[in-house]
Amino acid sequence: MAVVSQVITPEVLTTRRPTGALLRSSLRLRRTQIGLGLVLFILAIAIIGPHVAPHSGSDFVGTPNSTSVPGALFGTDHIGQDVWSRFLHGGLTILVLAAASTALGLVLGIVVGLIAAYSRNVVDDILMRLMDVILAFPQIMLALVAIATVGPNPLTIILAVGLTTTPRVARVTRGASQPVVERDFVAAAEAIGVPRFRILLSEIFPNVLSPLLVEASLRLTYAIGLIAALAFLGFTTNPGAADWGLMIQENYIALTVQPWGVVLPVAAIALLTVGTGLVGDGIARAAAGIDRSRGAG
Amino acid sequence: MTTARPAIVVDRLQIGIQGSGLDIVNDLSFSIAPGEVLGLVGESGSGKTTVGLALLGHARRGAEIKGGSVRIGDIDVLELDMAERQRLRGRVISYVPQDPASALNPALRIGTQLREILDTHNYGKNGEERRARVAEMMREVALPDTGRFLHNYPHELSGGQQQRIGLAIAFACRPRVIVLDEPTTGLDVTTQAHVLDTVRDLATAHGVAALYVSHDLAVVGTLASRVAVMYAGRIIELGPAGEMFQASSHPYTQRLIVAIPHLTGGRELVGIAGHAPSPGRRPPGCAFEPRCTFAIPQCREAVPDLRPIAEVHDVRCIRAEEVRLQAPTRSGEIPRDGSVKTLQPVLSLQGVHAGYRRKTVLHEINLDIAPHECLALVGESGSGKTTLARSIAGLHGDRWGIINFNGTPLAKVARTRPREIRRSIQYVFQNPYGSLNPRRTIRQIVSQPLEVFGTVKGDQIDRRVAQMLERVSLTAAYANRFPDQLSGGERQRVAIARALICEPSVLICDEVTSALDVSVQAAIVELLHSLQRDLGLSMLFVTHNLPLVRSIAQRVAVMSNGRIVELGGVAEVLENPKAEYTSRLLSDTPSLELALETAAVS
Repeated sequence: MAVVSQVITPEVLTTRRPTGALLRSSLRLRRTQIGLGLVLFILAIAIIGPHVAPHSGSDFVGTPNSTSVPGALFGTDHIGQDVWSRFLHGGLTILVLAAASTALGLVLGIVVGLIAAYSRNVVDDILMRLMDVILAFPQIMLALVAIATVGPNPLTIILAVGLTTTPRVARVTRGASQPVVERDFVAAAEAIGVPRFRILLSEIFPNVLSPLLVEASLRLTYAIGLIAALAFLGFTTNPGAADWGLMIQENYIALTVQPWGVVLPVAAIALLTVGTGLVGDGIARAAAGIDRSRGAG
Repeated sequence: MTTARPAIVVDRLQIGIQGSGLDIVNDLSFSIAPGEVLGLVGESGSGKTTVGLALLGHARRGAEIKGGSVRIGDIDVLELDMAERQRLRGRVISYVPQDPASALNPALRIGTQLREILDTHNYGKNGEERRARVAEMMREVALPDTGRFLHNYPHELSGGQQQRIGLAIAFACRPRVIVLDEPTTGLDVTTQAHVLDTVRDLATAHGVAALYVSHDLAVVGTLASRVAVMYAGRIIELGPAGEMFQASSHPYTQRLIVAIPHLTGGRELVGIAGHAPSPGRRPPGCAFEPRCTFAIPQCREAVPDLRPIAEVHDVRCIRAEEVRLQAPTRSGEIPRDGSVKTLQPVLSLQGVHAGYRRKTVLHEINLDIAPHECLALVGESGSGKTTLARSIAGLHGDRWGIINFNGTPLAKVARTRPREIRRSIQYVFQNPYGSLNPRRTIRQIVSQPLEVFGTVKGDQIDRRVAQMLERVSLTAAYANRFPDQLSGGERQRVAIARALICEPSVLICDEVTSALDVSVQAAIVELLHSLQRDLGLSMLFVTHNLPLVRSIAQRVAVMSNGRIVELGGVAEVLENPKAEYTSRLLSDTPSLELALETAAVS
């Protein structure tokens, strides 16, 4: 009961580690539980899927765009491959690419944001104006230009999505760090000459973790959507292979006769993004102290 | 106490935490006569603000008024519904909050805000009368009543002016009762003195009963005719101001009084060990018993009754008669070492200037600090004393002039100073809530300098941390806690331990007690004093609290507008100030002795 503690004393209010407690209290929210369930469900499909699929991703099992092929649960796609098998095979790439590019964007963004906030001088201006330049272009456009120029190999996709995620993370990190930088414990560390990178890492960074957790889940949501969109536009790591984004593109013409080829990947991507979104929202609400007294949201 | 019918009578007020059986405030009864000021004194967490709000029939979020009555004339505030209470507030009873800057709406001109209260309660007959009342109010609180001034936004006013506006709004509809919740806490002594005068004049002139909530006994002593002392949600002593200070009969009141620094005659300050119990942890007997030197087994059995010990003087202690006989006497002068000036100074400032961008805030500062000496740096906010302290510590790079440490000039920024110098000069910050990283354990915080300087390694670190924690009267058990599990006083001790672990020769203390309660302040000053004596530290003690200087420093430098206006021995400066500024500062400082004298005369 947070409200009650306010009236008593600060010691009752917090007798725990802040970040761990934030995650725990966010897990008490219904929305976080649902979100986490959805993410784990899609994750399970992507990881276990390839092992339980009845066919490989490229086997031809019947006539194209048919819904009634024996042994093919959800029918065949535009060239006669098994939709169910391609769906089970197609999730891993998108998840791995999304996770890797988000991680890249987070690391770079946090570093840039911390340095910008702590330097408080011309370095801050240069870094943040640079970020603004990247921000000025839509994320998908920059990613398309990069991939069209270099070619769609996994590394390019991760770099393109990761680098375009960086400025967004950097802004949030800088914003959250600015008030922390002004606090006396940072001055106390400066006064005894703690190296700058130690100040960034062990004094400032732990104090901006909460907003960054929210930002991380938000960026992951966007990365999933972006990578699916790139695949839909034909930029996949391996054109013949199964991929949810690609599946949508291949089968959307036959949507009226054979909807499964589109519905399955769309549903999976939707559930995944809704899931990560809910988790992020749950953490944000827990951090803001909303709904805590009600115990569920 | 006069025979006049009291303006407000509070009877057996009980306030608890919503949804639990715990009480924040218990069995609270008092009354205030028209024109009288009752001081309600207590340390953080004693429930004094909760009481102040309850008089308006309001309970903070999570709190709930569970019983008792608050009668203003024939109205029982607590029996009214919310809408009726709303109509009462501002008209019959009004409230002056602690921080005027956040209580005034920053988006509205002050004239609008003053009119608002009159319009809400339909004061007077027409707009003309209200306009006249606004002008009258401004005169009453000694502010200009011109239209131009009323056109200002709150941020265009000084802190003192803002609080006057707060007073004007509170007195606007001529209420019968007014609750003032530490209205002068954030103000400088001079401003505070003026605001206090205004409060007293208005209350007497208009026969308003005032409840003045404060943690500062000296302020209450100069203002109030009667004083109630709260501890752990109960009034433990209630009596005329003079009696309370000269013949206090509750051990807690006595300890509070000896914790207050005196302006005349420095004394060793004595803090109170331990801290006040929070609701739910209060013992079944007397709440002060665990910290009390008079405690006997019977104290633990039941909560003592509030009983009269003298005329209009009540106390909640079973041994009050014995306690009363031992009312605190002034303890002896702190022995001073007069031979410090012949030694070569540890720190020597020559022609130091400092500024922010183009604005210069420090002008031509020349100052020496001798080994083993404690030099106090006194001044009002904005006088530049913190900038000076930070310049010495290398935290304010925008300065010029020479600062010598043992004869070698110091670099402007701490980072570029040699390791040995960074270790030797340590800084303790004003606010212990900001100076400890909330995400690190006490062990990590205290041992950080050891990592940086690499002087101590491995399992020696834990031992040193434990030693330091014990040196500042904490235990090694604190090492695994996080700052938010500690009280303000404990945090400040941790901050001092972090400085001491470096084995410094100079300790710079920047207003280290200003965020703390008096009993905690006394304990911290006690600690710093013993450290300075035992370890032979040189200390620069920055403060705005003049009486405190008496208890810790040998010499004092008075700062005003970025210049040192007076420098000399503590007794010399405080007793025979040469600078006009110092005299003014001294006369504006509320002092307990002065309160005693005036109380004795009247």
